[in-house]
Amino acid sequence: MSDEQDTHQVPTPSLWPIGFAIGIACILVGLVVSIPVLIVGALIALVFGFLWVRDLLTTHPVTSAEPGIDEQPRPATVGDVAAPVDRATFLSLATIGVGGLIGAGLTLPVLGFGVLPSFMGEGIQTSHANLGPITNFPEGQYVIATFLENPDQGEVSRRTAFIRNNGLTDAGVPSFTTIYSRCVHLGCPVQPNGPIDEQAKKEVNGVELRPVLAASFGCPCHGGLYNSEGNRQAGPPVRSLDRFEFSIVNGDLILGRTFSVANVEGVGASARIAKYYKAYPGVHVDGVERFLYPIPTPGSTGS
Amino acid sequence: MAKTARRKQLETAALYPLDWVEERSGLVGYTKWFLFRKVPHDISWAQTLGAAALTAFLSQTLTGVVLAMFYKPDPDKAYDSVVNITQEVTLGWLVRGMHKWGASVFIILLFFHMARTFLFGAYKYPRELNWVIGVLLLVSGMLEGFTGYLLPWDQTAYWATVVGINLNATAPFVGPFLAQFLQGGLNIGPDTLPKFYALHMLLIPGLIFALIGLHLYLVVRLGVTSPPWSSTAAGREREETGAREGLIRDPAVEGEA
Repeated sequence: MSDEQDTHQVPTPSLWPIGFAIGIACILVGLVVSIPVLIVGALIALVFGFLWVRDLLTTHPVTSAEPGIDEQPRPATVGDVAAPVDRATFLSLATIGVGGLIGAGLTLPVLGFGVLPSFMGEGIQTSHANLGPITNFPEGQYVIATFLENPDQGEVSRRTAFIRNNGLTDAGVPSFTTIYSRCVHLGCPVQPNGPIDEQAKKEVNGVELRPVLAASFGCPCHGGLYNSEGNRQAGPPVRSLDRFEFSIVNGDLILGRTFSVANVEGVGASARIAKYYKAYPGVHVDGVERFLYPIPTPGSTGS
Repeated sequence: MAKTARRKQLETAALYPLDWVEERSGLVGYTKWFLFRKVPHDISWAQTLGAAALTAFLSQTLTGVVLAMFYKPDPDKAYDSVVNITQEVTLGWLVRGMHKWGASVFIILLFFHMARTFLFGAYKYPRELNWVIGVLLLVSGMLEGFTGYLLPWDQTAYWATVVGINLNATAPFVGPFLAQFLQGGLNIGPDTLPKFYALHMLLIPGLIFALIGLHLYLVVRLGVTSPPWSSTAAGREREETGAREGLIRDPAVEGEA
């Protein structure tokens, strides 16, 4: 007796799932490598998936037989169903309905309050950090600037930027390289590779400025390496270092929002920067992989 | 057997409160039924890993509740309050240490318990659902570890959480939104620490308690599996021999008592 209970209905052996799996693998490879491979993979997956599902439906009539078994115990209620809803049914439906309304009334505001504020940009009021007179930034040399992005939030908003005065562009406009210190692999604090001139350290309005001879930037966490323009040289990062928007007001250097950079061509004042909305570290902003992150991070596009 | 009348009188008096509760709630019977279940005769210490993990979780709950009385989830005060717990508050070092090391013990025991279940084949029919609940428990336990790691608010906590959040952000499509929900903005900000604190001490523990309830319900309902090397054939009728009389809530046994 008990032995019979142990026999299960096992699907018949089939090769379709393997074809389906190969199709999915082709899609994943295609996402990274090329669109044609992706299309071929999608076709394979579609065809084999269809065959697999058809196979399952035809060899398992059990699924179609079950409703019949289910209906047998209640032929007596068939007459009731045709009649208008009776009192007991109405009351139980009303109880469920009212209960559902009360439940939704309680949970929806709570859910909204718990989730939505993160995406409204409330915690990331665009700051305008004043780094003091641009004369504090010697031409052609990086300065490590440590400042509060939003003084109201206190120490938690402390940021570090690597700032280089590039002099004037060909058009006669002041040029600064304003690199954000967070690694674009996973967000660790990138360090400039070169000696810091602690003697020339300055403190302006709570902003700490330390000149450094930075030939490159390195990340201590997982070994990401960037050149002096912030382009990736080695390691796991997927794009160039993020930068701050900047402006010059009354001779002071003002840092604004951060933005992401795919690549920098050229050096210093003549550099051409491929600028994108601020993306999270590890997120591709160009190439095929950008389709994996189709929606810009809320709050990054600004007003 | 040779009980004196005096002794019987004493026993009745001592057990009276239990009888009083039993008569009005049936709780004593249910507790006995829950605790004194039949198990295969060839189980060993390996089957106690789940109970050990449960004990570790209860220890985390107790120590966590007390730590919450002294911890301040504010970016400007959190670190100082942790220093205060560790160095000033009487026995604070001990309770914080229990919570910190107990966290690792809990996760390690979860993995041992999972390995035992896997190697003994105890995830097979009809226990698949309990395996799934167990995996959800493991994930919730990991989330406890992730959210709890930020709370000391030191350099390790901060940068490890930065990396953890950005790891989440690299998930296709939903990643950036997940990261943004976790830190409440584009960066770790003033709201991140209270949010992690609330998740760590309210939401996820509640989820774990609920999952443990389901997990234990299924364990009681489906029983404990014999080890794979058991000489007893699986699937045969359970024998009544070996069951201790009076310990099982069985009408026949209760009738005799």
